[in-house]
Amino acid sequence: MRSHRSLSRITTAALFVLPGLMLFALFIIGPMLYSFRMSFYDWKIIRPERSEWVELANYTRALGDPIFRRAVVNTLAYTAVTVPGQIVFGLGVAMLLDQRIRARSFFRVVYYLPVITSWVIVSLLFEYIFNGQAGLMNYLLRDVLHVIRENVRWLADPILAFVPIHLLGIWKGVGWTAVILLAGLQAIPEHLHEAAAVDGAGPLARFRYITLPLLRPTLVFLLVVLTIGGLNAYISFLLMTGGDPLDLTHSVLTLMYEATFTKLEFGYGSAISYFLTALVFAISILQIRLLRQKVEV
Amino acid sequence: MGINAQRRLGRLVTYALLLLGVGLVVAPFWYMVTTSFKPQSTIFEIPPQLWPQPATLNNYVAALDKDLFGLYFLNSLVVAITSTVLTVLASSLLAYAFARLEFPGREALFYIFLLGMMIPPVMLIIPQFIVAKSLQLLDSLLGLILVYVTMNLSMQTFLLRGFFESIPRDLEEAALIDGGSRWTIFWRIVLPLSRPGLAVVTIFTFLYSWDEFPWAHVAIKETTRRTLPIAIALFQSEHLTEWGQVFAASIVALVPVVIVFVVFQRYFIRGIATTGIKG
Repeated sequence: MRSHRSLSRITTAALFVLPGLMLFALFIIGPMLYSFRMSFYDWKIIRPERSEWVELANYTRALGDPIFRRAVVNTLAYTAVTVPGQIVFGLGVAMLLDQRIRARSFFRVVYYLPVITSWVIVSLLFEYIFNGQAGLMNYLLRDVLHVIRENVRWLADPILAFVPIHLLGIWKGVGWTAVILLAGLQAIPEHLHEAAAVDGAGPLARFRYITLPLLRPTLVFLLVVLTIGGLNAYISFLLMTGGDPLDLTHSVLTLMYEATFTKLEFGYGSAISYFLTALVFAISILQIRLLRQKVEV
Repeated sequence: MGINAQRRLGRLVTYALLLLGVGLVVAPFWYMVTTSFKPQSTIFEIPPQLWPQPATLNNYVAALDKDLFGLYFLNSLVVAITSTVLTVLASSLLAYAFARLEFPGREALFYIFLLGMMIPPVMLIIPQFIVAKSLQLLDSLLGLILVYVTMNLSMQTFLLRGFFESIPRDLEEAALIDGGSRWTIFWRIVLPLSRPGLAVVTIFTFLYSWDEFPWAHVAIKETTRRTLPIAIALFQSEHLTEWGQVFAASIVALVPVVIVFVVFQRYFIRGIATTGIKG
């Protein structure tokens, strides 16, 4: 009787769990293990059985490849610029919205528009704005502000190409960080600010000693999620430069895409993707550490 | 300066800064919309016209007429709606199992699913391509749908588990005593009580599937199976200077998203703020 009941309990649970579990195993767990295996082979996509075991060659090749190293630097630079950019502007917007103002939901909707617009559309839009001949940005800088004399060919230059890419990363993300930070700000009890004001603390002191410390968990969370997002930058790089000129403007993922689907080096592409995953996991673990610390404070 | 005057000044500065921000956010969109109404001859005109003179609908007509655009729109709609329905189903089933059912290995399994949230999605593209190839799911909408459902599973299960756990246990236990099965409890009690949570899952999965580019870009080579994001990106690379048409197509693709967002704005913001889900 008892074993019968526990059997039926397991059957019920299986009904609930199996559909999701099957998909998860087929399209996430299986692929992860499979690509781990591929990363140790010179993988032949047409005839996998002819693939050659090359030990760590794909990994060492990446480390020695100047294009890969450049892609890593580009990706880290993108993260280092866009993460603080999104947090600072997002905090600004959130603090402005965290007051008794009219039309708050109008502002929220507008600031959120770039977030819901697909990366494809906004990437093309920024490509057009930063067009080398007659783009809006060249017009503003040359004819309105007189900062430049000649048109700048933004996307043809291996350094200047990052101006539109980084600006887009910040512009698209501010709305999201602002919403998260606004929720964090609204969770801070009003009486703390009032008490501090009674004690003579000015706005700056209140920001420094009340707002920032109490916002810390939210800031840590944002830091981690945005960093992971930054390391995964892909569509804007792919559509705006595609790695040009001379493979100098790749992100790690556009390089992985090119190695795999253009040059058909599946093993090498897998090794690159594992480098990135390792980085993301290291940061996730760091997050858990930082969040634990917060509890003790 | 009196306290009142100071306060009024502060309010003025707040609005000024907020409007400046609105300007920075809206300007690129404005440029996109006006460009979509410009004839090709004024696309690269300096200074750029802020209000297209003459305005034309030709870009919309041309873009919608070209390259099976109607079919791409339909493909996107089918993919987004089916993915959303299946994600809501699969993740709520899973979430209920994790929230209420007892079975061996529950904890371990839950952590494995959580792991799914940390894996960078693009990293999975290579092996997913191989899996899809061997299952003959390349160049098919089903291949897109199954991957989209799976990629959303971890996050949405995690979110819904939270919602399900907040439902009072008494309700379910009363139903159990009355002879209801777990299955009826799930459909009759748990799901109806979790509408706000299901709304959040619906909105996010729909937007994700509507906007997704990397996987579709790899999995779809057959022209008739394209979804809007890859169609627009490819259209731009084939017609480099025809920005009017590119943006006309983009705006048509953007309209459903904006409608969904404005209508469900409340759920949306609450969902983001309470779960930290990335929009």
